[in-house]
Amino acid sequence: MIIYGVAILAFSYLTGQLCGEYLGAFLGVKANVGGVGFAMIILLICKEWLQKKGMLDIEFEKGVDFWNKMYIPVIIAMSASQNVKVAVSSGFLAIIVGSLPVIAAFISLPYLIKLTSK
Amino acid sequence: MELIENFINNNGLIVGFLVVGMVTLLSQLFSEKVLKGYLPGSAIAILAGLILAYFGGVLTGGEKGIADLPFLKGVGTFGGSMFRDFTIVATAMGASFAIMKKAGVLGFISLIYGIILFFVLGVALAWIWGYRDAISLCTIGAGACTYIVGPVTGAALGANSDVIALSIAIGVLKAILVTILTPLLAKKVGLTNPAAAMAFGGLMGTNSGVSAGLAATDPALVPYGAVTATFYTGLGCLLCPSLFYLMLDWVF
Repeated sequence: MIIYGVAILAFSYLTGQLCGEYLGAFLGVKANVGGVGFAMIILLICKEWLQKKGMLDIEFEKGVDFWNKMYIPVIIAMSASQNVKVAVSSGFLAIIVGSLPVIAAFISLPYLIKLTSK
Repeated sequence: MELIENFINNNGLIVGFLVVGMVTLLSQLFSEKVLKGYLPGSAIAILAGLILAYFGGVLTGGEKGIADLPFLKGVGTFGGSMFRDFTIVATAMGASFAIMKKAGVLGFISLIYGIILFFVLGVALAWIWGYRDAISLCTIGAGACTYIVGPVTGAALGANSDVIALSIAIGVLKAILVTILTPLLAKKVGLTNPAAAMAFGGLMGTNSGVSAGLAATDPALVPYGAVTATFYTGLGCLLCPSLFYLMLDWVF
């Protein structure tokens, strides 16, 4: 049943996000800390458990796969609802502070990968 | 007219599906016919979304791009953080837990390095610009992390409202730049495998930038980038108004 896949995804999402909320509150931060990461790990554990039990069927996977494939459309909708105007029209300092560190980060990425692959 | 308005209002999300579908179709055609596949359709569609968002902002003066137009409110729901996070979690289905564990250390190092890099550069540039008080410097440095860390830090420290607005603008600009530059630079900087994507997610940290940039580069890398990026904003909100502020206060 497709709904089982969607339900397991919803279970992972809610449990993970709630963990992130609690971790944030525990650290005294007004933000979710790692909710999506926890949710992904919970989903992967659920998947492996179901695989072992032999309960992972095609219909089930379709329920998750649909949302997996909706990812890019969601990102397109997200881009279309960003505050682009304020970013473009907020002056020179904003442009410099918004862009120079990004370029520095791109430049340092290959070194970061090399450093840790040794 | 009122009938149409009510009708669209009650069916906002469905209108969002239709609009995003049409944007995707046009972008796909543009990618194939005009650019001959030089840039993938999804990258064009994301870029088209950003351009539409700009015009939405100009037309309405609002903060949510095209979603501020009353009949396109549903695009905002569809592209909101709930659907974004839900679909990102779904992408984990195709990811390997073993690779995530193996590259965990790399992800963690890049997370710490990323927050420090953006914060320090942000503070340094603000200092060169003429800011001298620790609160403004810290808020601008936090804005260089993400557009959530900036205002959270600013509010916690009691920064000026125009400095907080500036920190949001900086964070949004970062997200947009990461979105646009990632597909263009991915090959050059070695962003071609899951471990590199984990380092990339931790380094850049902006959830929307990383997820959109990787989507336009290679959707298979999305879960690996997202699993580290998801910790960035939280850690930034933890470190910026506390440890980083104390250090700044001590220096200035």
